[in-house]
Amino acid sequence: MSSFWSNWVIILTSITIIGITWLLFANRKKDKNAGETTGHVYDGIEEYDNPLPAWWFFMFTITIVWGLGYLAAYPGMGNYKGFLGWTQEGQHDEEVAKAEAKYRAMRDRYLALPVEEIARDPAVLKMGQRLFGNNCAQCHGADARGGYGFPNLTDNDWLWGGTPAAIKHTLINGRQAAMPAWGSVLGEQGIKEMTAHLLNLNNRSVDPALAAAGAEKFGLYCAACHMPDGTGNQMMGAPNLTNGIWLYGGSESDIAQTLRAGRNGMMPAQAKLLSEDRIHILTAYVYSLSHKEG
Amino acid sequence: MSELNAQLEHPVYNYKVVRQFAIMTVIWGIVGMLVGVLIAAQLVWPELSFNQPWFSFGRLRPLHTNAVIFAFGGSALFATSYYVVQRTTQSRLISDKLASFTFWGWQLVIVLAAISLPMGLTSSKEYAELIWPIDVLIAIVWVAYAFVFFGTITKRKVSHIYVANWFFGSFIITVAVLHIINSAVLPVNWSMGYSIYAGTADAMVQWWYGHNAVGFFLTAGFLGMMYYFVPKQAERPVYSYRLSIVHFWALVAVYIWAGPHHLHYTALPDWAQGVGMVMSLILLAPSWGGMINGIMTLSGAWHKLRSDPILRFLVVSLSFYGMSTFEGPMMSIKTVNSLSHYTDWTIGHVHSGALGWVAMISIGSLYHLIPVLFGKEKMYSTDLINTHFWMSTIGTVLYIASMWVNGILQGLMWRAYNQDGTLTYTFVESLVASYPGYMVRLAGGLIFFLGMLLMAYNVYMTVRGDSKEAANTQAAAA
Repeated sequence: MSSFWSNWVIILTSITIIGITWLLFANRKKDKNAGETTGHVYDGIEEYDNPLPAWWFFMFTITIVWGLGYLAAYPGMGNYKGFLGWTQEGQHDEEVAKAEAKYRAMRDRYLALPVEEIARDPAVLKMGQRLFGNNCAQCHGADARGGYGFPNLTDNDWLWGGTPAAIKHTLINGRQAAMPAWGSVLGEQGIKEMTAHLLNLNNRSVDPALAAAGAEKFGLYCAACHMPDGTGNQMMGAPNLTNGIWLYGGSESDIAQTLRAGRNGMMPAQAKLLSEDRIHILTAYVYSLSHKEG
Repeated sequence: MSELNAQLEHPVYNYKVVRQFAIMTVIWGIVGMLVGVLIAAQLVWPELSFNQPWFSFGRLRPLHTNAVIFAFGGSALFATSYYVVQRTTQSRLISDKLASFTFWGWQLVIVLAAISLPMGLTSSKEYAELIWPIDVLIAIVWVAYAFVFFGTITKRKVSHIYVANWFFGSFIITVAVLHIINSAVLPVNWSMGYSIYAGTADAMVQWWYGHNAVGFFLTAGFLGMMYYFVPKQAERPVYSYRLSIVHFWALVAVYIWAGPHHLHYTALPDWAQGVGMVMSLILLAPSWGGMINGIMTLSGAWHKLRSDPILRFLVVSLSFYGMSTFEGPMMSIKTVNSLSHYTDWTIGHVHSGALGWVAMISIGSLYHLIPVLFGKEKMYSTDLINTHFWMSTIGTVLYIASMWVNGILQGLMWRAYNQDGTLTYTFVESLVASYPGYMVRLAGGLIFFLGMLLMAYNVYMTVRGDSKEAANTQAAAA
């Protein structure tokens, strides 16, 4: 804030506080007129001129004095910082530092251990579950089973890989999936054929002629990402199309819509939101969901 | 209707526009509170949106706030300010045509709001959601209102200006300034515009507006109402002229600073938060000045509370006013605010003011006003007023108590953490814990709403015929 605006704030604040203080004290008088009206009459309404109630006067005075004290101690008067040097950033940093001092060593101990190992530690899983509940459950659900457009994290079917390293990479950097729209390339007949082929890959009953035509086009347009046998490619986040798991619905019309208009999946990067040790713990938690012991 | 109007016309004053606004106050009160009950039910049973976008909470909530603040509260303020300014200056409104324009203009604003908000058209500023063409209409109507009000004061037949008119006057001027500055946009098309302020400055302007909509629309305006109807109904002189001077000037000088407390612990600079908090605390005494002056006016007339439910409405509204103007400064303290902010406590605080103060003082004033305006000795049924009083009081208490419990519960759950440093609860767990409170809130709101239906019936019977007591006496005599 420039010194002009700082002075502007200081002057306006001072005028207001001095003004109401003057107003209060100028109108304080003993009750020499108590019981008499002012002589004004409005539509039959008269007014007494009783003195200000003493308790109210003192309450008002105390709040003004307190206010001046606060403005001396804390930020308020323009650029003047207050003698305590308090800032909200400072308060935040202080609380974070206090928490770090208390918990950091414990989490660092976990950070030094491999994910597979801490994924068996109940204390870590409890922590992971709380972190998951407050950071991941909004999309993936409290039970991590996902929903429409949000992957199930418990079924050991992975779009981008389920190794600890792959999960951690997903958490840190996020993922951007892009299934292109094929409507204009395939045409409605082509989409019908391709849908039949995909249903056929999942052992659902289809018109064999349509499926055969679709299979031919699959090799041409889809196999580059989803592999010739349709089992997908975790390097590109291309889903396995043969295991009956459908992120955007597995009905004939859902599949046709995915083919026609494409899909864009987006897992946001957590690197700036969660510290490394928390991501490590979350990785262990997510890993544990599909690696239940006995 | 014109025949009825001719019959009811006062020789000096323009009562027609007051009657129109008074009746619409009851109607908009019922509409606005019905939407409130509906959205309270949607928070318990989200299925009640029926998957219709225009029926969803996000669109109906601004409809509720606009309907109760600007349609119900606004009509009550128009009605009482037009009535009070004429009676206390002993002169007719300066222009009947312009007064009539403000009535029809304001009703048009309300109808446009009721259409545009469910359509999803919004400026996205809280309590200022209406899109810019409606904002322009509001500004025009408001300037006409100011002209009628202050024009009438200039031709007053008494030398002094009564304190009620100071409050009405400050409310009219300040709301005009707040509305025009906060609603300033660069229009893109007929339904959309970009705020001319950016980022944090936009937020600050919005809450400068938002808090003073509370301060001048819902406090100063209704204090104007209080200063006429309390001494009138109690038939006692106002307690202290001196106190009214001090608390009026202190209130208008300090309220305008209080907005930043809506933005504690945000991107707003520390100094602005600090000044806002200090002024919010200093605001306690000026706010209470009005309560003291109202309640102490009853000294020597306390016995009337036993027999007069209208006076009971007025006095209990002042008690709720005192309670919420204590709660407000307390919640503006950063330490308290860090717990209460973003929780249902805020909703409870708003409703102790909105139901307990604004609605109850308006209802009490209307029960005084309706018989006068329609040439009757008194309301059709005093018993119904008494029943309405208890429904309003119980409804308000249930509403605010449930929101206190919910708010403190949410604030504590959100900040609780485990021994390992992780949060104890997820957000959804605090939501599940809030359900009982949502049920009690719904019950409280419903009771308050049903009371408004009683009022509508009582008003209808009063306008239509004689009072019930008079009818009974006649029947007995026959």
